[in-house]
Amino acid sequence: MNPRARPEPVQVIKTRRDAALRALVAGVPYIGFLGITFDRRGDELTAILPFDDRLIGNPAIPALHGGVTAAFLETAAIFELSWTLMWEAMEAGQTGPGAALPDLPKTIDFTVDYLRSGLPRDAYARARVNRSGRRYASVHVEAWQDNRARLFAQGTGHFLMPQTDGG
Amino acid sequence: MTDRTRIARQFIEAIPHSRALGMHLDLLGKGLAVVSMPYDPRFVGDPATGVLHGGAVSALMDTAAGAAVMSHPEAPASTATLDLRIDYMRPATPGQRLTARAECYHVTRSVAFVRATATDGDAERPVATATGTFTVDRAQGAQA
Repeated sequence: MNPRARPEPVQVIKTRRDAALRALVAGVPYIGFLGITFDRRGDELTAILPFDDRLIGNPAIPALHGGVTAAFLETAAIFELSWTLMWEAMEAGQTGPGAALPDLPKTIDFTVDYLRSGLPRDAYARARVNRSGRRYASVHVEAWQDNRARLFAQGTGHFLMPQTDGG
Repeated sequence: MTDRTRIARQFIEAIPHSRALGMHLDLLGKGLAVVSMPYDPRFVGDPATGVLHGGAVSALMDTAAGAAVMSHPEAPASTATLDLRIDYMRPATPGQRLTARAECYHVTRSVAFVRATATDGDAERPVATATGTFTVDRAQGAQA
């Protein structure tokens, strides 16, 4: 006989992951202000910025505001990092309704390369944690619109890790 | 108020996203722009402390930097951000207005170089600094 516990039903896992992500996102007013949402496939996150007239920076082209693009990339980077940090606890079932949300990493610096103008369309971003240490992390993020291979912006940021007790 | 400043102010306040963030052009010089925005709970990035989101700071910095480029004596007909790096020194104090002062300190035929500093009520201690490069788009037929 195999003494291992049966794996949890997939729906239980999905519900827990989605609830954790939703709680993380709902806590940040500026994400709601910009209208950013996240799509999740397993542990892979895609940040989505639905187009809105308020996001325009150059009405003549029209193009997304550079600050919107920067904010979108920085948000995608912070949430990828937070998501990575909370993943293990979440999978162990230690996050749940009523559990305190983890502190978010703090941005030390963030650099955005504007590769082409942001069109008046929805934008998508995925981030990759390239280095995650005890105190610092380095995260790279790519953003595109209609074509995944044609990035309209990329960014790199350094973040100060949230300190756990006794930090 | 000079005509140029008035036109620039109207220009900035006509940018939908700058208007959405309540930005105001406080000062415009030659290659110099000061733009500020009010504190607003909708722009908070860290709910535990009420501190503004870095993205709101980025938007303010980018707007001030772009205005500084446009106000340079060798002003381009139009400009776009090539890159922008922001260093966050400390959290902006909740409740306080944030002001970005940007200086376009060099312009070549194709590129404008800008640095900017953001401060809140305590002007002696910057909240963030930024450096950026911007495209210089000349009017068609203009001599570079």
